[in-house]
Amino acid sequence: MAIDAASVPRIGKGFRLQWEAAQNAHVLLYPEGMVKLNGSAGEILTRCDGATPVQAIVADLEQRFSTSGLDNDVCAFLAMAQENRWVEFA
Amino acid sequence: MTLESADRAAIPGIGPPLWLLAELTYRCPLHCVFCYNPVDFARDETEISTDDWLRVLREARDLGAVQCGFSGGEPLQRADLELLVAEARRLGYYTNLLTSGIGLSQARVVALKQAGLDHIQLSFQDSTREVNDFLSSTRTFDLKRQAAALIKSQGFPMVMNCVIHRMNIDHLDRIIELAVELDAEYLELANTQFYSWAHVNREHLLPTREQLQRAEATTNRWREKLGTKMKLFFVVPDYYESRPKKCMNGWGNVFLTITPDGTALPCHTARMLPGLAFPNVRDMSVHDIWHVSEGFNRYRGTDWMKEPCRSCAEREKDLGGCRCQAYMLTQDPAMADPVCDKSPHHGVILDIVEKAQKRQDTVEARPLVFRNRKESKELARPF
Repeated sequence: MAIDAASVPRIGKGFRLQWEAAQNAHVLLYPEGMVKLNGSAGEILTRCDGATPVQAIVADLEQRFSTSGLDNDVCAFLAMAQENRWVEFA
Repeated sequence: MTLESADRAAIPGIGPPLWLLAELTYRCPLHCVFCYNPVDFARDETEISTDDWLRVLREARDLGAVQCGFSGGEPLQRADLELLVAEARRLGYYTNLLTSGIGLSQARVVALKQAGLDHIQLSFQDSTREVNDFLSSTRTFDLKRQAAALIKSQGFPMVMNCVIHRMNIDHLDRIIELAVELDAEYLELANTQFYSWAHVNREHLLPTREQLQRAEATTNRWREKLGTKMKLFFVVPDYYESRPKKCMNGWGNVFLTITPDGTALPCHTARMLPGLAFPNVRDMSVHDIWHVSEGFNRYRGTDWMKEPCRSCAEREKDLGGCRCQAYMLTQDPAMADPVCDKSPHHGVILDIVEKAQKRQDTVEARPLVFRNRKESKELARPF
């Protein structure tokens, strides 16, 4: 499905997001594998709670990092994440 | 395991043992002809205690281990499996059970779910009852199908694993259909790599080049058809490559195996290597095993390399390939993996591959050797 401002992402089935102090990074764990996330990927995915729509995630990130115009970047990342099954949409 | 990195920052020094493989037991109801357990597994069937395992889980997690695989033999043979899974999950591991499915009852699958198990990898030997049961020397095909249904009934993500070789590679279409029917999220088509029992049975198992090409085409056709519904992994048999695999992602780099008797290894077959005393978790902390022990440092990085690896531009890319393969095929574990066409021993691989192109009925092979205690004791050798 196409991602728009009202889409509500959650972490994909079989994946688990957690902070790993030893790697100083968020990681996504899945059967026999792991993705080490960079800072921005970690910030986006920690907000994919299955209740918050994309527009609110973008607003929260823009406020947190005192910036604007993140919507295209966030949507592009989520599209890639969906492709990899890291996220699903409610 | 698959390791992906969304950022490119290098980790300085020795990183954490991200993957802990807990080989709980060598006991197994199956007798597969390609089993990767040591050929001489029956020489010593000591198993460490539940408390030893609990300590290993804690110590490895403290070092940063994050994936935990419970394997064997058949891990369901251990009555404390659920307890170990629960502790691993509580510690923050992603917990994987690698099983033949034999021994997985309704009660145990529910207990494993309650323990917090994250994922189950279920092995099949073929898409047909006849070949599955022949290759494992058991009547287990129907039991495996029942296990798959139990796994799905609890909502586990399921990886179906099928070891691929000369005798089943032409059934790939049906193997993939079986994975679709069983509703697996991932299918690993793991071409046999020639270690342990698969090394003993190599003449029977190495496919022809033509078989392999057909199998890759079949896999690609299914990938297009299935899209994101099911992920297909096709592991190429490295005898058909001209560059070696970066074995275990590097010696002592991410992977830590603990064998049933508590011996710690950088990979599940490294025990075969001569002149290396691998540490045991009953004598040494996991921290010292990983950072200090000679066994884990011997082939770390690139300092141990000989020519042609030492001056090779690709030495960091594959780290010289597999030490066990170098030892098995050149009698020296510090040589280049002979899969590499820069290796002076590459001819050994070419000869083996050339022989495999002959038709099955012209191969003068010894009979297949099934993995069992009797054969293990008679062969009494590591590979």
